[in-house]
Amino acid sequence: MRFTLRVWRQKDAKSPGQFETYEVDGVPADASFLEMLDILNEKLIKEGKEPVAFDHDCREGICGSCGLFINGRAHGPLPNITTCRLYMRHFKDGDTITIEPFRARPFPVIKDLVVDRSALDRIIQKGGYISVNTGSAPDANSIPIAKAAADRAFDYATCIGCGACVAACKNASAMLFTSAKVAHLALLPQGQPERRERVKRMVAQMDAEGFGHCSNTGACAVECPAKIPLSAIARLQRDFIWANLTPDPYAR
Amino acid sequence: MAEIATPVAPSVVPAPSWREGELILQNACPTGDLEKRWTRHKDNLRLVAPHNKRKLEIIVVGAGLAGASAAATLGELGYRVKVFVYHNSPRRAHSIAAQGGINAAKNYRNDGDSIWRLFYDTIKGGDFRARESNVYRLAEVSVKIIDHCVAQGIPFAREYGGYLDTRSFGGAQLMRTFYARGQTGQQLLLGAYAALQRQVELGNVQVFYNHELLDVVVEEGKAKGVIVRNLITGQISRVAAHAVVLATGGYGNAYYLSTNAKMSNATAIWRAHRRGAYFGNPSFVQIHPTCIPQSGDYQSKLTLMSESLRNDGRVWVPRKKGDTRPPHETPDSERWYYLEEWYPAFGNLVPRDIASRAAKRVCDMGYGVGPTGRAVYLDFSDAIRRFGREVIYQRYGNLFEMYEEITGESPWETPMRIYPAVHYTMGGLWVDYNLMTNIEGLYAIGEANFSDHGANRLGASALMQGLADGYFILPYTIGHYLATQLTQKLSTDTAAFADAEKETRQRIGNLLNTKGTRTVDEFHRELGKILWDQCGLARNAEGLRTAMSQIRELRERYWKEVKVVGTNEGFNQTLEKALRVADFLELGELMIIDAYHREESCGCHLREEYQTEEGEALRNDKDYAYVAAWQWQGEKEPPVLHKEPLTFEFVKPTVRSYK
Ligand SMILES: Cc1cc2nc3c(=O)[nH]c(=O)nc-3n(C[C@H](O)[C@H](O)[C@H](O)COP(=O)(O)OP(=O)(O)OC[C@H]3O[C@@H](n4cnc5c(N)ncnc54)[C@H](O)[C@@H]3O)c2cc1C
Ligand code: SF4
Ligand code: FES
Repeated sequence: MRFTLRVWRQKDAKSPGQFETYEVDGVPADASFLEMLDILNEKLIKEGKEPVAFDHDCREGICGSCGLFINGRAHGPLPNITTCRLYMRHFKDGDTITIEPFRARPFPVIKDLVVDRSALDRIIQKGGYISVNTGSAPDANSIPIAKAAADRAFDYATCIGCGACVAACKNASAMLFTSAKVAHLALLPQGQPERRERVKRMVAQMDAEGFGHCSNTGACAVECPAKIPLSAIARLQRDFIWANLTPDPYAR
Repeated sequence: MAEIATPVAPSVVPAPSWREGELILQNACPTGDLEKRWTRHKDNLRLVAPHNKRKLEIIVVGAGLAGASAAATLGELGYRVKVFVYHNSPRRAHSIAAQGGINAAKNYRNDGDSIWRLFYDTIKGGDFRARESNVYRLAEVSVKIIDHCVAQGIPFAREYGGYLDTRSFGGAQLMRTFYARGQTGQQLLLGAYAALQRQVELGNVQVFYNHELLDVVVEEGKAKGVIVRNLITGQISRVAAHAVVLATGGYGNAYYLSTNAKMSNATAIWRAHRRGAYFGNPSFVQIHPTCIPQSGDYQSKLTLMSESLRNDGRVWVPRKKGDTRPPHETPDSERWYYLEEWYPAFGNLVPRDIASRAAKRVCDMGYGVGPTGRAVYLDFSDAIRRFGREVIYQRYGNLFEMYEEITGESPWETPMRIYPAVHYTMGGLWVDYNLMTNIEGLYAIGEANFSDHGANRLGASALMQGLADGYFILPYTIGHYLATQLTQKLSTDTAAFADAEKETRQRIGNLLNTKGTRTVDEFHRELGKILWDQCGLARNAEGLRTAMSQIRELRERYWKEVKVVGTNEGFNQTLEKALRVADFLELGELMIIDAYHREESCGCHLREEYQTEEGEALRNDKDYAYVAAWQWQGEKEPPVLHKEPLTFEFVKPTVRSYK
């Protein structure tokens, strides 16, 4: 297959960027989108040009590294899939494809298609965990958890931290990401002691990083490769209101 | 008539060679009752008082399961910890991709499991090439891992009563594998990552993203720090510490195509090796039986289909050679369920080395299926009929989807086609019972060390080992060394640091100045093919000799012909790759030498000269019951082989049978 690629090129965070156009030919239909870019890069290197920088690692849709904005959509034209799991057979021979980085103020460009998503880590730092030190846990089966609760918690826990929800959102909100963690831990008995503080602190950090507010358009869930449901956001909102508006039962 | 030219002199074509060194007799293993060894050992380790911990700096390189769990726990203990990862977040480590599960001797099923049995299965699974003391300790702490992970909120699969569910994995007749759908590694890593982030928030741990270790600094036999490159700015820095922990994962990507994440590489352990750390059993590489077969040269990696699928999937090929009927048209009587026939006791759940070799054997015999004839079927139709779609979806839904995306075929309708692929490296840096390399203060944990899996790792045991090392072993043993380092002042202003930095800069400069014509990937693919053909599923002396000269030649060409564009100053993914492939080329040679020297078959290492008539491994305990620990001597010098004898006091090595 043959494609015309319009690729965002940007030297570093400080330089301005622009689109460059490239032709790639002889791309097998079974190649993944990233393998198509590999083919382009091999060609560019041979021509002595700088290859296109893009993030990737597992190439199986689980590490959350890859993240390209393809023809105006986070992770490309298919819903709920990472860029690395997108195959060229989903495009038409001869297509022109526009490739950009995930754009959002809290995700500064590092180079070309690579952005800095460490803001997401800083949200987790504020409470996306249960504070338990190694060595202090009771026997695992001493905490029975209803299967349905564990299954739902798992659904929320599968977020891969790719940031597509932010890129897809017109407000650049990180609500789906943040709420996935809040909902996961809120569903489990282990998560209860820190439940109030967790939601307050994580939301505050989300705001501090410059992510926008959630206006419930649901654009995030359409692209989310982990299929995090919008109910995560509803759960966060309920917890947030509860944590802020109801009196703390343990206040002095 | 011109004389016929004689072939190139063998000096250019070196046969694998090595020198014998001293035996390794010190491995810090305790003696006495097996069950009491770890407890007694812990009681005898030196301690560091809390106020002193705050004065001690530890570098942890890597934040996969092993590194993240270690760094978090060391932070909890009060040490000052610096973590370096080349990833843009610790959550992206290769561990995230582990699918199937984690073993633990909980015996929640009441099916007769025990620490002893997990120990026994692991020793036997490794074909009697691992230390009894280490493996017993691993089985012992496995129990606490599950407790800790549940306390962290990891949503393991549960039964309706609310208690934890388990399943079977290869090489075991028990159900001791805990899992979180097909994403166990992800959930465990996110647990360790969250614990790490908590320590960051508390100020005990600093994590440096996008930083790659390019050298280890050693002075007077002690680890003093590291040289790292900031992958975004290209800045090269010296970092000093009282101890250095390498948790940098495996080197399966030496083969180019593997199930590993694309960036996984050997640089950290290889650089440590060049600084004097012994490399244990480098040729012990696990080839996983159930992967999606390769379909073209453009392919950048191979995708694993979890071993858990063999719980319900049946492996078969048509009984008639060259049968091109679509699989559903082949009646049951004409299907050859060769694993069930050859190994009735374990059936489809034989260990990986056995299943991989069996697949190769039936394909070599001409029974393979698919366009290339190098694949076998993994069929779920019986299981779907027996349990219904819903149950099978619950168990393997995401794997079925992944298979369909990649191949365009649905496992609900037609069996999967699978073939073995490189997956895991049992080899790695040699470590003693304290997980310390032969360089004092330099530790290796997780897949980066050689320790517990002998010549073959059982499924669901890598996650167990990574977390055992990181949460429950290293945090104790490292104090034993650090207690002696309290008065050591840290400095990067030493000759050893200066040398290491200079060498690193030179290496980078050489690569950037080569101005060749061939890409790094082209060399990497070539190396991969040599290793896969000659040091893969089956090995023999002649093939290994050929491979040795091919790699030598490839390595020489690399430094003349490789083309690396861009500069050191700034984000340069081609340069990153070029540095990693340069190290793979050197490691490749050592793998060949190791495979060549071991004139027996054991576990993953099948030397064609040493097999039974049925193609099973013929072990030679008299001559080869040892760990091969290799010492670097220089780029052109043969390495020195140190043997660490393995003694078996509690399990008698037997012919490994799964029949
Ligand atoms: C597809 C797949 C499925 C698997 N499924 C299972 C399973 O179900 N059960 C099981 O038990 N095992 C499984 N395994 C094996 C298991 O996942 C790995 O062995 C294990 O996760 C390795 O963990 P680790 O912490 O040692 O290293 P890794 O997770 O590989 O982490 C390495 C870390 O080191 C860093 N690093 C490496 N080199 C450098 C350097 N030079 N400088 C800076 N940082 C560096 C990386 O950034 C990363 O953080 C699977 C493996 C694969 C490939
Ligand atoms: S919520 Fe979905 S889209 Fe957002 S980071 Fe997580 S996986 Fe990616
Ligand atoms: S490369 Fe890991 S999710 Fe795409």
